[in-house]
Amino acid sequence: MSTALLDIHALRQTFPKADGGELLVLDGIELQLVQGQIVGLLGRTGSGKSTLLRAIAGLMRPSGGTITYLGQPVLAPAPGIAMVFQGFALFPWLTVLENVQLGLEALGLPETEIRQRALAAIDLIGLDGYESAYPRELSGGMRQRVGFARALVVHPNILLMDEPFSALDVLTAETLRTDFLELWSDGKLPIKGVLLVTHNIEEAVLMCDRILLFSSNPGRIIREIAVELKQPRNRLDPHFRDLVEKIYVAMTARTATPPRVGAVATSIDTILPRVSANLLSGFIETLAAEPYSGKADLPVIAELLHMEADDLFPVSDALQMLNLVEVEGGDIKITETGKQFVEAGTDDRKKIFQRQLLSYVPLAAHIRRVLQERANHVAPKSRFFDELEDHMGHDDVEQTLRSVTAWARYAEVFAYDDDSQTFSLENPT
Amino acid sequence: MRLNVPISVGWGRFFTRWDVLAVLLILGLLVFLSEASRHLLQPLAELQRQPVSLNPANLPEYAARTTLRMLIAMALSLLFTFTYATLAAKSHRAERLLVPLLDILQSVPILGFISITVVFFMALAPGRVLGAEFAAIFAIFTSQAWNMAFSFYQSLRTVPTELVEASRNFRLSPWMSFWRVDVPFAMPQLIWNMMMSMSGSWFFVVASEAISVGNTTITLPGVGSYIALAIEHRDLAAVGYAIVTMLIVILIYDQLLFRPLVAWADRFRFEQEPGVLAPHSWVLNVLRRSRLVDRLVRPFASFWRRLLLARWSKRAEPVVREPDRQHGWVTFQWAAIVCALAAVALWQVARFVTEYISLSDVAIALLLGLATLSRIVVLIALATIIWVPIGVWVGTRPHVAEKVQPVAQFLAAFPANLLFPIAVSAIVVWRLDPNIWLSPLMILGTQWYILFNVVAGASAIPAELRAAGVNFRVRGWLWWRRIALPAVLPYYVTGAITASGGSWNASIVAEVASWGDERLQAYGLGAYIARQTEAGDFHRIVLGIAVMSFYVVLINRTFWRPLYLYAERKFRLG
Repeated sequence: MSTALLDIHALRQTFPKADGGELLVLDGIELQLVQGQIVGLLGRTGSGKSTLLRAIAGLMRPSGGTITYLGQPVLAPAPGIAMVFQGFALFPWLTVLENVQLGLEALGLPETEIRQRALAAIDLIGLDGYESAYPRELSGGMRQRVGFARALVVHPNILLMDEPFSALDVLTAETLRTDFLELWSDGKLPIKGVLLVTHNIEEAVLMCDRILLFSSNPGRIIREIAVELKQPRNRLDPHFRDLVEKIYVAMTARTATPPRVGAVATSIDTILPRVSANLLSGFIETLAAEPYSGKADLPVIAELLHMEADDLFPVSDALQMLNLVEVEGGDIKITETGKQFVEAGTDDRKKIFQRQLLSYVPLAAHIRRVLQERANHVAPKSRFFDELEDHMGHDDVEQTLRSVTAWARYAEVFAYDDDSQTFSLENPT
Repeated sequence: MRLNVPISVGWGRFFTRWDVLAVLLILGLLVFLSEASRHLLQPLAELQRQPVSLNPANLPEYAARTTLRMLIAMALSLLFTFTYATLAAKSHRAERLLVPLLDILQSVPILGFISITVVFFMALAPGRVLGAEFAAIFAIFTSQAWNMAFSFYQSLRTVPTELVEASRNFRLSPWMSFWRVDVPFAMPQLIWNMMMSMSGSWFFVVASEAISVGNTTITLPGVGSYIALAIEHRDLAAVGYAIVTMLIVILIYDQLLFRPLVAWADRFRFEQEPGVLAPHSWVLNVLRRSRLVDRLVRPFASFWRRLLLARWSKRAEPVVREPDRQHGWVTFQWAAIVCALAAVALWQVARFVTEYISLSDVAIALLLGLATLSRIVVLIALATIIWVPIGVWVGTRPHVAEKVQPVAQFLAAFPANLLFPIAVSAIVVWRLDPNIWLSPLMILGTQWYILFNVVAGASAIPAELRAAGVNFRVRGWLWWRRIALPAVLPYYVTGAITASGGSWNASIVAEVASWGDERLQAYGLGAYIARQTEAGDFHRIVLGIAVMSFYVVLINRTFWRPLYLYAERKFRLG
């Protein structure tokens, strides 16, 4: 039996809110990382998985629970836990070699050893010949290789990866993943365990031995899925596809509950996804057209539209919220209203959208009602901002108000003037 | 690159209790210094005058001395920047006081302040000349330090989170991450501010090398005192020599110091703006390619690396700036210190006001301030009408802009005193009203800030937007109204804020002009401060400075701040 490198128990993370309250980001997290495993943390934006990674890295102190690394509580950045960042986090004023050496310099090693180890890491990760280049001279893929070399050179026990491939194009990301997995499988990497944060379902299935699924707001682990496929894995392998499908089902199941007829229940305090009315129309048109004819498998349509799960879910959520589609068991299906919407012309579409918006998005109906009740039909944004801030964090309020404004503009339900920061019933004539 | 706007314009709330405290502390300090200086003034009266001669052969030596003073002041400013701004950025507790303090300091007219500090420093130093040197350097320092500190503070607050996290993750000591992360990140903006400071401080060199307070006259050998002497002796040729010398010194600075620095600091630029050419410097190229230099530098580089690696503190802290916890004892100590300081300052100010200042004095100063204010308003409006169109024209033509920028920078360094001969002669010959015709001197050095900010704004208009304008045949007034003016507005406002702040300061020199025995005065607060300085009346100097600072802060908060926020929100491209 392998030993636990990392043990997380009952972890909670809250952030202070503007009004003095607390916003719960992570709750009841239990996690064990044992030697020789890659564990994936998979969830949507806002599920707190990056926050968890930062807590493990000792970059923030958890509000509750414990993080134990090799038997010691993690209270500050621990030696032996290194991180690879989404945006690479390279120092633009240092060359590739200097960037890689930085972590070793901080350890206070002798200069010759620093150089030797840095060159070895550069060699291992395929950066030979780039030692004296500055990060800005490199492509995204090469930059992230520097990120990996810099993390590996300190010989960490645990490698933390925060969506390391998401800023790269599809092909580059795939090459980098494959290279990493090859080195890992051959035991050439000086690391014992990996935690990978991702929102890319296929990436998780491709790389991980275990996948933890996170719910959003607050982030909780809702499911653990073991991946027992042998490396190197094949994306076209039916078992691989099954697993991907299974995760899609699990990740959409949450929003579909409680099961009821019509749209998903929302209230004023539901965080609205940031999706434009255009994207909604475009997606539902695609869904209605051949070859889907109104019903599609989520992973399949995601792949064909080149959308990652993180791009897809907000769209499916929004459409479901407006009762234009239904999502169940990893499938997305157009509703009767959805069909009418697709077949209608511009003006009728707006009418249908308006009806759905006012019936199923309580916030839109609420803002309209307030505007109607006021004598001049004008209300400041701050009025609704404050109201929403009792229920969600600052950024979520901002996003929710932007979304509802965008949808209301399309449906001509109410108008918003950014100069005066007011909502009104008047549209410019 | 753009100028910083003063803190009161871009930041925070309208007026907080910390602002009150900052005002109080600075007023208290002023009063304290002036009181100390007043008592120290007498014994200094016998100070030997350093003979400064108008022989142009002496100019190289004077230039060298002046340059040295400026460099020492720059070193001190850097030291101040690295400590003050770092403290403000890293400690919540200190930040609350230090930032408003910096804002008020930025608004204090340094020229008025010089007389007080000169006497104070001269009395402090054992050798008289050394004391005068200290005083001059301190005056130059006060003209350089504030904007550098503020720029550094702003940079420290905006270091990208991922970089900070990376440096924590690799467990860099605070000492190491300061030099490896914070300073490099802040470097381009800091160097730009150093250049601005250097330009601006010429004004103060001239004022601080030759100064009369009461019956004490201090003359330090340098370009500034040379100019003062030339003006006293009505020696037009000497004024010409001085101008040429300044030009040469500024050129040398540019070629040997700032150009290499800018070219070197280019690698610290965090994001590369597209279409911007990397700056070049022949000096830097020579230095980089020379083996000899490489060999000479190597031991220092190695020493520096070792110094960087030194671990001054044991453990890396979590990266989050935690909200102030009530660490009872520390908080108490801090509060106690602040309260004590505030009490002392309050006592100083109260005693000063009740003993020496009458209501009529305040009323006079306020009225004079209004006169100066109206001059500045008119001048800024005029400068706007002239320089905005020119700036846009230049900025939309990159090859012209390239040539205009350094010229404008030189003109910004040009002290108003050098135009005294022309101004005074003209006013006397044509019997003009000094109240009107002395005014242009106030904006002489500061109008360029408007020009080069507008140039920067116009050159930042994306090519696509300009192409769209051409494509839709947007021309003439419509083009100005819909494209050019909105695009440059945020830049213009920043420049105008600097120009108006600088003009207040310049009024102390510009409202009183002399050429030999001819002396002209305008009715204004600047002339008031200048007059009180000559008379050695420290109480009224302090009053004048306080009133002037009051006007600067008031205009910043009631006029520039709303305009700036509006421009930033509405017209910021990208």
